[in-house]
Amino acid sequence: MSATAVHNLWTTAADPISKIDAPKIEYGQLAPVLIVVGAAIVGMLIEAFVPRRSRYYAQMFVSVVALAAAFAAIVALAVGDHGTTKAGIAAMGAIAVDGPALFLQGTILLTALVGLFTFAERRLDPAAHGNRVDSFAAQAAAVPGSDSEKKAVKAGFTTTEVFPLLLFAVAGMLVFPAANDLLTLFVALEVFSLPLYLLCALARRKRLMSQEAAVKYFLLGAFASAFMLFGIALLYGYAGSMSYATIAQVVDGTVQDVNPALADTMGNDALLLVGAALLVMGLLFKVGAVPFHMWTPDVYQGAPTPVTGFMAAATKVAAFGALLRVLYVLLPGLRWDWRPVMWAVAIVTMVGGAIVAITQTDIKRLLAYSSIAHAGFILAGVIAATPSGVSSVLFYLAAYSFVTIGAFAVVTLVRDAGGEATHLSKWAGLGRRSPLVAAVFAVFLLAFAGIPLTSGFAGKFAVFKAAAEGGAAPLVVVGVISSAIAAFFYIRVIVLMFFSEPRPEGPTVAVPSPLTMTAIGVGVVVTVVLGVAPQYFLELAGDAGVFVR
Amino acid sequence: MSFPLLTATAALPAIGAIATAAVPAARRTAAKWLALLFSLATLVLAIVVLVRFDPGGDRYQLTESHAWIADFGVRYELGVDGIAVALIALTALLIPFIVLAGWHDADPVETGSKRWRPTQGFFALILAVEAMVILSFEATDVFLFYIFFEAMLIPMYFLIGGFGDRAHEHGEKVAATQRSYAAVKFLLYNLAGGLVMLAAVIGLYVVAGNFSLTEIAEARANGSLEMATGTERWLFLGFFFAFAVKAPLWPLHTWLPNAMQESTAPVAVLITAVVDKVGTFAMLRFCLQLFPEASKWATPVILVLAVISIIYGALLAVGQRDIKRLIAYASISHFGFIVMGIFAMTSQGQSGATLYMVNHGISTAVLMLIAGFLISRRGSRLIADYGGVQKVAPVLAGTFLIGGLATLSLPGLAPFVSEFLVLVGTFTRYPVIGIIATFGIVLAALYVLVLYQRTMTGPVKPEVAAMPDLRVREIAVVAPLVVLLVFLGVYPKPVTDVVNPAVKQTMSDVQKKDPQPEVEAAK
Repeated sequence: MSATAVHNLWTTAADPISKIDAPKIEYGQLAPVLIVVGAAIVGMLIEAFVPRRSRYYAQMFVSVVALAAAFAAIVALAVGDHGTTKAGIAAMGAIAVDGPALFLQGTILLTALVGLFTFAERRLDPAAHGNRVDSFAAQAAAVPGSDSEKKAVKAGFTTTEVFPLLLFAVAGMLVFPAANDLLTLFVALEVFSLPLYLLCALARRKRLMSQEAAVKYFLLGAFASAFMLFGIALLYGYAGSMSYATIAQVVDGTVQDVNPALADTMGNDALLLVGAALLVMGLLFKVGAVPFHMWTPDVYQGAPTPVTGFMAAATKVAAFGALLRVLYVLLPGLRWDWRPVMWAVAIVTMVGGAIVAITQTDIKRLLAYSSIAHAGFILAGVIAATPSGVSSVLFYLAAYSFVTIGAFAVVTLVRDAGGEATHLSKWAGLGRRSPLVAAVFAVFLLAFAGIPLTSGFAGKFAVFKAAAEGGAAPLVVVGVISSAIAAFFYIRVIVLMFFSEPRPEGPTVAVPSPLTMTAIGVGVVVTVVLGVAPQYFLELAGDAGVFVR
Repeated sequence: MSFPLLTATAALPAIGAIATAAVPAARRTAAKWLALLFSLATLVLAIVVLVRFDPGGDRYQLTESHAWIADFGVRYELGVDGIAVALIALTALLIPFIVLAGWHDADPVETGSKRWRPTQGFFALILAVEAMVILSFEATDVFLFYIFFEAMLIPMYFLIGGFGDRAHEHGEKVAATQRSYAAVKFLLYNLAGGLVMLAAVIGLYVVAGNFSLTEIAEARANGSLEMATGTERWLFLGFFFAFAVKAPLWPLHTWLPNAMQESTAPVAVLITAVVDKVGTFAMLRFCLQLFPEASKWATPVILVLAVISIIYGALLAVGQRDIKRLIAYASISHFGFIVMGIFAMTSQGQSGATLYMVNHGISTAVLMLIAGFLISRRGSRLIADYGGVQKVAPVLAGTFLIGGLATLSLPGLAPFVSEFLVLVGTFTRYPVIGIIATFGIVLAALYVLVLYQRTMTGPVKPEVAAMPDLRVREIAVVAPLVVLLVFLGVYPKPVTDVVNPAVKQTMSDVQKKDPQPEVEAAK
């Protein structure tokens, strides 16, 4: 890089500023995000001003209304053709309002709504000192096992902050797949990650494990963010812009006004390739793809189960949305570079997730590895690089997230004296004790395994079909083989539940309130409906399959 | 729009399954009667299908076609040819007997939760399997077929793993372990086969653009859909692998002896007489129609595998100590005959194979169900634990002998006709294969007669001395099937009339003509 070029990088001659134009914000199109952020702030105020005993109900009310209203806003936008013909870029180029964004935002909101119900469940744990308690620590700041913790429990404290934290996370997730410049992408990432780190640390039982999980998640997440930020910096250095469209044009070489500085850097492929690789790495971390998956099992196991369910479902949706947009809008010009790499990642993710899952003995860790394998299947659809690839991924994400939330909600029900009984050996004979719960869980497992007539099969078929059409037939074969491996451990759980003798000291199934029942019920209904009659939703995902540039 | 007869035939047992499952825990007997009622009603509908079917008419009749998942190019398309009609009739015929034979198999032994309802579950699962099997016989859309081909594994799996023989020579704990092993083995084998097929199904879609069997077969026949030779062979192998696991063909057969040994006799009949037929049926309907060239290419290898199945299954049957395992290996031998008949590519072979599917279903049902009655009386599956039963329970022994003789294809009983046709059909094209396969019959005589001799004749063992003969319910199960065996043995025309036109069609799909007899020119 010549000296003048470097100089020009930070000393462009600017027009003297006479007035600052107010940024043009399309409030209507951004309504879903704004509603959720607003509700989150109201939630913080509730924490500050509302008396402790009414906080739970106030927070519940605000959160449910906000999520429902935001979803209604999404539907209104979709009905108003903002997903198809009127798709556009809002907020000065920061956020895209298009089909994939709306579809994924809708999915995230519904998932969050269902997840919220599991957050608010207060009937599973036995009441402590006459107070109903939820899955979260009485007082996050109290040291585990200390007197202050006992006092907090005795006083009946509950961490109602989880509701605004959830809303903040949802707000970040809504922006993440819609982000249309790199800075927005990064801010969104942090906005949804930080609340999740906190939520992971808040388990009521096994608090040390929960805190350990949060620290791991935070440290590794911070690493991933740093990588990503570095990648963003390199890409900015390469293209002189944060905007997806501009960078894509620079990559293609179709950019219009090439100033001398840009002319000097845009030939530098090292900046582009390293930058793109680091950026995609950050996203693959959030997706939980091998080899960036190490955090998944520990965090899934340690976090409070409602948080795990929400995180496993919604984070995956948001992160895959962002990954799709980055690969399809930002880096289509690099397709021939990223496809082989993603091939490799998809293969090791599918096979690795499926094989390692076989040896798991904890149901939450098992589901964690299963989520890794599923990330691999979804990547197969991402690699297709066709419109049907996009829509198949959208459909898969919608199908997968409801199964996941439902499955983790069932996990919260199976309990013994130490809280949730997540060790697999304790699930032996559950089918004898509580046939209904076991049957529902079996439905979710069969959906994970991709058995026909469940949503898992429709989703898997969609992504594999897209991959095969996109010329990735070997990937389909690998996918099919790892599905067969994966089927083994799902089946193992079913065997355990139905064909093993119940243990005398085994866990009991708690009778939940209508909240968790709703979450599980929604999961079952979505699983069956998307399995038997997926056409409407496939069409929806198909219509939503085009990105705006 | 006419009445959707085929949908109704499949929907009726499905509704029956739900209704049976919903019966309250205490009303076990009601659940049984309900299941029997639904299975009989399904039989009535199947007979209506049989009557309404015109053997001389269109290839696929009683067709239904509705949009289903347009994005995947999938339609809800049903239609039956003669082969499907015969197998639907067989399925609908056997299920009431299976229900009746398993009347007490799922009575709860221990009191678990109040909501634990094994009896309701047992009968509901049987009806669910029936519904899915019938649908997979009816489906003329590849994807639709695949869905039920795979989905039927789940109820089957619970039937094998959840319900075993009341008596087990190693006690209940070992029995439970072995049962769940058998169930898992069954599921993993079949699931793996199915998933390989899934890859091929997707591949077929990429090549053909839709899933309609009739459309693809027509496009293949008139040359508008070209497949590269390599592609066709890979797709064929993907399909065939799944069907060979299901059928089961050596060396993919090892799940069957475990599954049949550990499940109750009626469920074992359900596996071998009903569910496995989907595999051989699908070879005829899908492999030959969709991939005629590849089928011809693979014929030599498949015939060799089939012959190995015949001989290997028969040899292992001779060496078994366990009655149910013996019948399982005998079935493997018989499935070898069926596959051989299909791939001999002669009309006698394929008619014989189809007829064989029906006859094998009936004869195995007789043999296995009586074996089940026998085992439930003595509490052991080992051949060595029996002796002299014919003196104590003559009816049981007599019907068992008829079932056994049918299994060894005694002339006059139904399987003889089909086995003869298969052998003749094979011999005209592949004489060596035909000759080797004939040894399977000799071995069949050996394992059946030795089994009969060791269990039924000889001095009466003290343990069997008090053995009661067949009860009324049990005779009601066995007698009609025995009558049918004799009837179809003497007069197989009703079945062959239905089947033959369909076989001719299939033969023309693969563009094979029967070899003409060569008459030595007079000198």
